[in-house]
Amino acid sequence: MQTVINLFRNNIRQYGMIIALVLITGLFWILTEGIIFKPLNLTNLILQNGFILVLAVGMVLVIITGNIDLSVGSVVAFVGAIAGVLMINNNVPVLLAIVLSIIVGALIGVWQGFWIAYVGIPSFIVTLAGMLIFRGLTLYLLDGQSLAPFPESFGMFSSGFLPDLGSDGLHILTIILSVILSLVLIYMEFKNRKTQLKYNFEVVPLWITITKLALLTFVINWFAYQLALNKGIPIVLVIVFILIIIYTFIMKNTVMGRHIYATGGNKKAADLSGIKTKRVVFWVFVNNGVIAALAGLMFASRLDSATPAAGNMLELDAIAAVFIGGASMAGGVGTVIGAIIGGLVMGVMNNGMSLIGIGIDWQQAIKGMVLLLAVGFDVYNKNRAGK
Amino acid sequence: MSDFILEMRNITKTFPGVKALDNVNLKVKKGEIHALVGENGAGKSTLMKVLSGVYPNGTYDGGIYFEGKECHFKDINQSEDVGIVIIHQELALSPFLSIAENIFLGNERQSRKIMNWQDTFSQSKKLLEQVGLKDSPETAVMNIGVGKQQLVEIAKALSKNVKLLILDEPTAALNETDSANLLKLLNELKKQGITSILISHKLNEVSSISDSITILRDGQTIETIETLGEKVPEDRIIKGMVGRELTSRFPKRVSNIGETIFEVKDWNVYHPQQRDRKVIDNVNIHIRRGEIVGLAGLMGAGRTELAMSIFGKTYGKKITGSLYKNGEEIKSDTVSEAITNGLAYVSEDRKTYGLNLIDDIKRNITLSNLKRISKNSIIDENKEVTEAQYLREKLNIKTPTLTQLAGNLSGGNQQKIVLSKWIFTEPDILILDEPTRGIDVGAKFEIYSQINELAAEGLAVLVISSELPEVLGLSDRIYVMNEGRITGELERGEADQESVMRYMTGSGGASRANSN
Repeated sequence: MQTVINLFRNNIRQYGMIIALVLITGLFWILTEGIIFKPLNLTNLILQNGFILVLAVGMVLVIITGNIDLSVGSVVAFVGAIAGVLMINNNVPVLLAIVLSIIVGALIGVWQGFWIAYVGIPSFIVTLAGMLIFRGLTLYLLDGQSLAPFPESFGMFSSGFLPDLGSDGLHILTIILSVILSLVLIYMEFKNRKTQLKYNFEVVPLWITITKLALLTFVINWFAYQLALNKGIPIVLVIVFILIIIYTFIMKNTVMGRHIYATGGNKKAADLSGIKTKRVVFWVFVNNGVIAALAGLMFASRLDSATPAAGNMLELDAIAAVFIGGASMAGGVGTVIGAIIGGLVMGVMNNGMSLIGIGIDWQQAIKGMVLLLAVGFDVYNKNRAGK
Repeated sequence: MSDFILEMRNITKTFPGVKALDNVNLKVKKGEIHALVGENGAGKSTLMKVLSGVYPNGTYDGGIYFEGKECHFKDINQSEDVGIVIIHQELALSPFLSIAENIFLGNERQSRKIMNWQDTFSQSKKLLEQVGLKDSPETAVMNIGVGKQQLVEIAKALSKNVKLLILDEPTAALNETDSANLLKLLNELKKQGITSILISHKLNEVSSISDSITILRDGQTIETIETLGEKVPEDRIIKGMVGRELTSRFPKRVSNIGETIFEVKDWNVYHPQQRDRKVIDNVNIHIRRGEIVGLAGLMGAGRTELAMSIFGKTYGKKITGSLYKNGEEIKSDTVSEAITNGLAYVSEDRKTYGLNLIDDIKRNITLSNLKRISKNSIIDENKEVTEAQYLREKLNIKTPTLTQLAGNLSGGNQQKIVLSKWIFTEPDILILDEPTRGIDVGAKFEIYSQINELAAEGLAVLVISSELPEVLGLSDRIYVMNEGRITGELERGEADQESVMRYMTGSGGASRANSN
């Protein structure tokens, strides 16, 4: 039992988030009398909150470097407007329009990254300006009105599903994928454990590893089974999943990832270690521009229109997700998985509160309280550990 | 008895593990200029902090008597109330406020909490006349030079009805004209009956202006010299400052010195903010393979500035001069260029410039040379652990695991991590800036052994240190710096504490003539 307590203490950050997610989900399970776990609702939950998860992945990198990006909500709207103008007004082919929209996102990142990294204006100011600039440009592009509808194939982005393998009733491909994913996770966990043993690192007792894997496998397969009962795996989930894998790998296993953590952890030391911190910050903002553009396309596709008010306050949801996920305002701390869990907390709350009929007024207030408590809990723990 | 305005009796101040002051006595006569001298870390600043109440009554032993009365200061306000004002080396002025506002900062001229601007300006004007500053009191402090700012600080002290003025290294950042003016002002103030304590490394100033000189060494009072109007020979002061035995705190070493590997030629560097201030003045140095070269100098001599300007131009502006490695000119305009060319610099401030405290040990060690553990930009974590483990054992870093956060370790172990980090870059020239600052004796010995071992492997090592015994105990050869210039170069055999100190304080005979 002592090992379990120690394990929990040492990893209170990660486990705290997961426990929060489980508690909040459990609460809504009771409050909605189980509706939240119905196959149809689970699919909806993903479709409604996919772009928050996508934005959180880009935002966590920005926040790890010790910066912030307030402009992503406006960039979502602006890129949506660009896509609308291209596809609807000018009949540009869907695929080409998507590529062009992503390039626009990258250019926005270049613009903001230049002012922040090379001119040295605080990111708060630059992206606050960006928030106004790109919202204004969106209004100008759309002339204050909505553009609709998009070509049908563009709808795949938000409401498409992976194809089925031909049987009816249960979506077989979904089940196969989830079994494969479970096996990969089990393999990686044991490989990791072997390496740790090889280098005499502290390893958790075997029974904990097995329990953890059993729970994880159960959750994944149960979740996949529910999706399979409906229409299978949404494209949105595939996009989020691919982003998680790519960015977790970058942050954990590449030189670039190390440079991002080092820049946020101690910029002066990173500079003296030969890291080009300005370049790091610049590229992180370019990356966030691309991610915001991707989210913008998903958002426009879901609404099936480009509207001036799209993505309003979305940046705050993404930032909140990252901080709930354990990142630190001072930089140097945070993980992609943490940001995703934070995003899920926000998503489950959005979905659950809507299901039980809480108005938008109280939804905002409650989300604010959760953010405050989550970060407060984190700060409290850190102070206690420091003593 | 009433001769003395201040008596500090048997002051003892202990920090965890260190006795910073050990039965120190200081007696200052009314209306004199009393100099306080000693090496870096001799306890001068600590003594002044005890006096001014920065270390409150109760955290030290001994008694303070000011104008015959025993004092128990709990903070700076209480010592200022009786007329003791300290002016720190780093000036405490607010740059965007005017001279007048700065003079009365925290002591505002007011009537019922409303600022009385008329009083503020008219009184500042009088005070400025007293210190001989002609600028308008409305000028913002950021728009006047360091010399004038120093005068503003003194005017501020005068506004508090100062009786005893303490100046900590007031001329360290000043040029010669400004320094001379300041010393003249101290003499003026003396005539007005204000007593001063002057802490200074510049022995020529000290011997020319002071009425008495107290020498501190290793937290103890060595002696107080009454000058009686005579100029005290600088050698006499130096002898008092360093008269210490070298103990066997250094591991034995047989040096095996090869050919010259690194040369710095005609190196000049200007201050990054004060564009006309030359920080490094025509420095020429060289280091040979397998050689440990010491770089001695007092605080502010320009040693760190020299090292950082060489290491990827990380300090200074308008840098001129050239660097040679194995006889060929190399570039070191960025840190990565410096690293590629085999330079490594271990900073004096490991927490600010050396480590990412919120990351783990192995990642800190590998950060400067991730190329070595990666392929196509993808990090091989197994290799990382193996390499970090090797260095951990080599340097004896005491930690349960390599995944421990750097911030959780002791100073000595943190220093070993920084050293490992730079060994990991496989340098040819290793610059160590204060490699043993703030770490205990045991860890010091281990770091010295490591430095010796690296030199034996053929590295050229440059050690910057403020501790004379360390410089003497480690080095094959010693460069001495003073005010941005190399004032002396001494071989192991000919260097002793007194000769080095003479060059450090700029009173080093022959070479001084050369540099003028």
